[in-house]
Amino acid sequence: MKLKETILNPIFKGNPITVLILGICSSLAVTVEMKGALVMALSVTIVTGLSSLICSLLRKTIPNRVRIIIQLVVVALMVILVDQFLKSFEATYPIDKQLSVYIGLIITNCIVMGRIEAFALGNKPIPSLLDGLANGVGYGLILIIVAFFRELLGSGTLFGIPVLSKLGYVNNGLMILPPMALILIGCIIWVQRSIQKDLQEK
Amino acid sequence: MEYLSLFVKSIFVDNMIFAYFLGMCSYLAVSKNVKTANGLGIAVICVLLITLPVNYWLNKFVLQPGALSWLGPRFENVDLSFLSFILFIAVIAAIVQVVEMVVEKFLPSLYSSLGIFLPLIAVNCAILGGSLFMQQREFANAGEAVVYALGSGVGWYLAIVALAAIREKLAYSNVPAALKGIGITFITVGLMGIAFMAFMGISL
Repeated sequence: MKLKETILNPIFKGNPITVLILGICSSLAVTVEMKGALVMALSVTIVTGLSSLICSLLRKTIPNRVRIIIQLVVVALMVILVDQFLKSFEATYPIDKQLSVYIGLIITNCIVMGRIEAFALGNKPIPSLLDGLANGVGYGLILIIVAFFRELLGSGTLFGIPVLSKLGYVNNGLMILPPMALILIGCIIWVQRSIQKDLQEK
Repeated sequence: MEYLSLFVKSIFVDNMIFAYFLGMCSYLAVSKNVKTANGLGIAVICVLLITLPVNYWLNKFVLQPGALSWLGPRFENVDLSFLSFILFIAVIAAIVQVVEMVVEKFLPSLYSSLGIFLPLIAVNCAILGGSLFMQQREFANAGEAVVYALGSGVGWYLAIVALAAIREKLAYSNVPAALKGIGITFITVGLMGIAFMAFMGISL
């Protein structure tokens, strides 16, 4: 029962983006298209899961004073692995150069550090791994919702396949611009808090 | 002249917040009032000014493909660029630690006003992002890196102080219950971003 809660909570009720307001930086910049959003969501899920697992395994040996540095090193190692993995497929699946900077920025993504600090350092490895993965999925879900609207309304395509543009839709260039991502997330928060009244701020 | 245009460009056109969303977490969390926003903004400018030149030299003499050629011809083909994430973040964490100790020793009043923000800056995306963009843009010399650091720091500072001022006023306005607090802040930042888009047409 408790495991189930660990997995389900971050996806809706305690979503890292809309409720905890963590990891906003990257969630806004990579959501121009579905493809970039999907790559980013998967990368963050893997990095959060694995670094939570490793930090949880090390939790009894890490001295409290230097824990931030050790966490940063673990996270940076995971990010380098993901980055090198993506680079090895660059020839067949080219990735936007812009995205590569944001892959590096996963290191300072607050979700990763936040989950290690708040969960992994006080829990056993398996729940920590699940918690990390679930938070990554919750993050990815918002990313994909935002990217869906931005790509559909901004370029009339989904994953690069024309959808709306066939129907004579005129692209709304504003959706491509960065500020629309903020406004879309604002709207998602609005919808979520209208459903879950207990989250509303006084 | 080139420095001036780079400076203006990094403040307005390539604004860290509105064009790249860097440092968004602390931007949203610490912009409830102007005084603390001011402190965090100044801290970000200082740390960017120190870390960017250091990372610039690190990139130039250690990390770039062929950067190690000063060690001798045997090292000409060494490419350590895959290590840049871990070295950049290590440099940033170390410098933030040193800055914190120096400020605590010599400027205790500034230290107490910055409080928790100094250590938090180590995990602020704007700092690491500055270094990564610096690496990606391949600046010609360290002077450009310093100007870029100053410009993007000032841009970040302006953005956070402006948002804090708006939020102080927003606290008294009548916002739908579900949108109160963070929801309306997102939309405000979006609208500010659209205003900043006006600078995009300027070519410098």
